[in-house]
Amino acid sequence: MAVVTSSRKKAFNRVAIVSILLITLIFLSPLYWIGTTAFKPRSLATTVPPTVLFQPEITPFIKLLTKRVQLTKAYDPAIYAASPWYEQRIYDGGERILRVGPNIQLSQYPNRFMNSLIIAIISTIIAVSMGTITAYGFSRFKMAGEADLLFFVLSTRMLPPIVVAIPMYLMYRVVGLNDTHIGLIILYTAFNLSFSVWLMKGFMDEIPKEYEEAALVDGYTRLQAFFKIVLPEAVTGIAATAVFCFITAWNEYAFALMMTNRRAQTAPPFIPSQIGSGLTDWTVIASGTFLFLLPVAIFTFALRKHLLRGVTFGAIRK
Amino acid sequence: MAGVLDTSPAARAVTRGWSDLTIRNVFIIPTILFLIIFNIFPLIYSLGYSFTDFRASVNEPANFVGLQNFRELLTDERIWNNFWVTAKYVIVSVGGQMTVGFGLALLLNRAMPAKGLITTLLLLPMMMSAAVVGLFWRLLYDPSWGPLNYALGLGDLAWLSNADVALYAVAITDIWMWAPFVMLLSLAGLSAVPQHLYEAAAIDRASAWYTFSRITLPLVTPLLLIALIFRTMEAFKTFDIAYIMSTQPTTELISIKLYKFAFQEWQTGKSCALAYIVLIMVLAITNIYVKYLNKVKER
Repeated sequence: MAVVTSSRKKAFNRVAIVSILLITLIFLSPLYWIGTTAFKPRSLATTVPPTVLFQPEITPFIKLLTKRVQLTKAYDPAIYAASPWYEQRIYDGGERILRVGPNIQLSQYPNRFMNSLIIAIISTIIAVSMGTITAYGFSRFKMAGEADLLFFVLSTRMLPPIVVAIPMYLMYRVVGLNDTHIGLIILYTAFNLSFSVWLMKGFMDEIPKEYEEAALVDGYTRLQAFFKIVLPEAVTGIAATAVFCFITAWNEYAFALMMTNRRAQTAPPFIPSQIGSGLTDWTVIASGTFLFLLPVAIFTFALRKHLLRGVTFGAIRK
Repeated sequence: MAGVLDTSPAARAVTRGWSDLTIRNVFIIPTILFLIIFNIFPLIYSLGYSFTDFRASVNEPANFVGLQNFRELLTDERIWNNFWVTAKYVIVSVGGQMTVGFGLALLLNRAMPAKGLITTLLLLPMMMSAAVVGLFWRLLYDPSWGPLNYALGLGDLAWLSNADVALYAVAITDIWMWAPFVMLLSLAGLSAVPQHLYEAAAIDRASAWYTFSRITLPLVTPLLLIALIFRTMEAFKTFDIAYIMSTQPTTELISIKLYKFAFQEWQTGKSCALAYIVLIMVLAITNIYVKYLNKVKER
């Protein structure tokens, strides 16, 4: 009997493992398609049947990063031969890179990417620093109405962005913060702060109080104990929280769409706006998407041990 | 010396540097103030506007109109239709996520090679920007040369430009993104089920269904509920993915309607009123969510 059960179980196990492998491949196929389209020649991006095998090329990225215009004059082998390799790639596609004097004109993508980077990094630093000390305060000291205060903190995170964005837009208009980096940094800090408090409180609760108490006995002040004992113990938690905050700010679309349009525009609203009225060059969209998603993919692997904690605001630690 | 009388370390620390009370206040109050200034104050500001006919596009002072905005909104069939679309979207999308996510977790919950790697790979979509990924799904869904129709042999089915299908197309993308979230929580629940319960059931020769419904399910339910409430709340607020993917009236979720009111039609006063209606609904779900979260935390 026992043998029969276990061999049936084994067979079931094998079927389950094979199906999860297949499902994983299906799940990853959209990402695979983004990744491969980013390296396709334009002519192969939208073929029937879809092109799976091809000679990868870097041209979509050159197009993504530069300003280009259609060739107006006939193909000139002399110019072609005199151009550097990356301009030859563009020349092959019937276009040339725009120059002002000797300088190559960059597209808006690098600028939007930098905006995303600056806004995400600064807002993360502020949200995590404030979140860390506030979490320590909540974790170590008793306070009347603590549960209500923590609920208040979390509820600000749950507000639909659009609900906050309408009055913020009007207020920013008065003080001139629309379409500025500072404007978005403030919004993302507010959005991430509650998350950072909750997540860090989970990490702080796990650091034994005895560590600080021993330090207090040794003559440290409470503040010294916090900086010299608690913070080093909390480094993993701080790093995980920071990565989560960075990803949230990096991915954010709604606020960026409503609050920015040029100067401080981030990549998420910019990438869709590349689709103009004419024929869409999906290889350029894909290469922009690829560069934008790559950091998040790397961070996801770095965070894999903390993902559960992160998505439940530190409530479930495993 | 105070320490002679009271030897508790905390009490002695009070005499050196900042007191505990000062530290608590200095550590907590700035955050609370920040949240009040940038989250609560704007809401008070918009509550004021919700009783006016203010339009941010014209340079005219706002007139107080009382409850007129709320009355108009709640009797407007189009708004009710937006809520109906949203409800449909929440049910399809969250239902799909729960089914697919829990199914994935059941399949994954066994000893297998590269389990950690597979789990992390499955979680990738959840971490990515809905707007950017949603945009790319437009290519996948393309009726004439999209790889999806080709792979499934669906001919030239128009996913996103077909009013009847568009909402489901958006929901499928959302399920793809967020089923892993349900999977992650379910896996945590499944791995917490004590092995000896299964062994006892095996000794009693309990059927597979009996074991599942009497042992597995009850122990996983709290985490499934957390996933359900959280995803319901998020799906109710959905803006990015639907806005990016489709322009069909059948995918006009309440957040999209709100955006159009505020930033395209510039009916600022009315949009503030609608925002408040949505806000109250979200806060109600948040309340339930946090209660459950605390319950699970206490276990």
